[in-house]
Amino acid sequence: MNRLNHRDENGLVPLKVEDIKIMETDKHIGLVETQYFTFAHPPGVFVLESGEGIGPVTIAYETYGALDEGRSNAILILHALTGDAHAAGCHESEKDPGWWDDMIGPGKAFDTDRYFVVCSNVLGGCKGSTGPSSASPGTGGPYGLEFPLITIKDMVNAQKLLLDHLGVETLLAVVGGSMGGMQALQWVVSYPDQVGSAILIATTSEHTPQQIAFNEVGRQAIMADPNWNNGDYYGGALPDKGLSVARMIGHITYMSDESMNEKFGRRMKDKKQPFKFSPEFEVAGYLHYRGYNFINRFDPNSYLYITKAIDCFSLANGKPLHKLLQGIRTKLLIVAFSSDWLYPPYQSQQIVRACKMAGSDATYCELRSNYGHDAFLVEFDEQTYLYKHFLKKVHDERRGG
Amino acid sequence: MSVAADDLKNGKVRIDHRLILEMIEPGASVLDLGCGTGELLTLLVKERSVRGQGIEVDDRAIFECVARGLSVFQDDIDSGLPEYGDRSFDYVIMNQSFQQVKRPDTVMREALRVGGRVIVGVPNFAHITSRCQIFFEGRAPVTPALPYEWHDTPNLHFLSIIDFLRYCKNRGIDVEKARYAGAQRRVVIFPNLLARTGVFRLRRAS
Repeated sequence: MNRLNHRDENGLVPLKVEDIKIMETDKHIGLVETQYFTFAHPPGVFVLESGEGIGPVTIAYETYGALDEGRSNAILILHALTGDAHAAGCHESEKDPGWWDDMIGPGKAFDTDRYFVVCSNVLGGCKGSTGPSSASPGTGGPYGLEFPLITIKDMVNAQKLLLDHLGVETLLAVVGGSMGGMQALQWVVSYPDQVGSAILIATTSEHTPQQIAFNEVGRQAIMADPNWNNGDYYGGALPDKGLSVARMIGHITYMSDESMNEKFGRRMKDKKQPFKFSPEFEVAGYLHYRGYNFINRFDPNSYLYITKAIDCFSLANGKPLHKLLQGIRTKLLIVAFSSDWLYPPYQSQQIVRACKMAGSDATYCELRSNYGHDAFLVEFDEQTYLYKHFLKKVHDERRGG
Repeated sequence: MSVAADDLKNGKVRIDHRLILEMIEPGASVLDLGCGTGELLTLLVKERSVRGQGIEVDDRAIFECVARGLSVFQDDIDSGLPEYGDRSFDYVIMNQSFQQVKRPDTVMREALRVGGRVIVGVPNFAHITSRCQIFFEGRAPVTPALPYEWHDTPNLHFLSIIDFLRYCKNRGIDVEKARYAGAQRRVVIFPNLLARTGVFRLRRAS
């Protein structure tokens, strides 16, 4: 969807041609490797918000671009529920690039010729960071349900230690969509002096009952799978059916009525189906495909822990949100998508209202898209234009002052 | 010399923007309601080092603002003010946007609450060109200051300079400064007949 190339009917000055050209760059980062940082070696522990401690903790991360001399150009990218540290570039022997490759790279929104970009897998995840599938120091076997409950704040505190390790004292920007946006917000509130700006995409300052409800159904599907076995399934049959249903529900909430109509309509699959209730509609086939493949890349227990962390997220925790933002000088860019019904624009607008009351330096834009919540992973032109200019301003100010 | 200063000197800056610029002191904080593509705010940032914030409803205009390095909220002027505390800004500007709001009274009251002063720029419906079009052609006026056809206009209210001054008087709003402009330069005599635009600096009557 590229609306940027034509002059609009109101005679608005068209966006500059060189920017569009930059957007169409086909330069890539090339080969990248995931790296690992381990801290809280026993007897030390990483203390969680709950007061419990775990250790050792490993955080998987990738970096792109180079930290400049003044260490002023670092950007932290924060992934959503099922994302990982592999945001851009390609891993050796893998054909698909990272999950936000269209946004990160030379000349792209997060321009690796200018910025040092870091992306890490969250605490509790299953893509190299310590989570329920990791080995417990007590037993040597996987934690399973022995793994403590974690929060968005715990994820952020672990990222802070990673950045300290990388020698990054202050961030030019924290950036995240969906759960990544929650982490970005938490960064702003937890470490205001270390965060120059934040790009908050399709996110919320707290989970609503409807959002909690969808996650609850997902968790119940996993736990209802007989193979789940109270979280102790490692080395045996996996609760793949439960995880699959959880993923299907997720996917429904990531799309929109319009995007599903457009993508599937009421079309049927070609083949004669063997069973009365086989998924004969294309949309059903798509959900099955997405669901059943998910077990190959995600740990069901991680799904439980991370969705729980999201559900418990409430930045202000009952207090007025603007009180938290008062005095914070982090520059904010808040972006929502018109057809996103999982994290609807009104939730972004709640953050905007708090910004107005707190006197925060902020920008809010609702982008038009039919892609629902998925829009932040598929709509690149407008996001690129906004983020690129926003970051340039923040970067210039930082170097100037 | 900055680009803006050059433009100012060469007369490339819109006359209404120049008049507004002259009403604002350096370092002030400014909220521009209906900031469009951010042309005025950019001028104020460059020439007056203001701390600027815009409110604009059109997303493509917001892209332009972000490209200019401005901070803007996508919102309606009619609904964009209640969250702001009293005197959040030194100036609230409504240039060519006041005649487009649904509820002018509410917006004006809110603007006077949120800003120490309010600067309003309105197109003059009683300009001589408009009068001639109505009188001789018998048509709803389409002029450089009011460029829209009747069926496709963002303007909801049509007012003259006299109407606006009377409006302020009736509501006890102090008009601290009033400046008038034609196409290129200031108008000093018979503004209600000769000015295309009026720019007013207002404050709540003490």
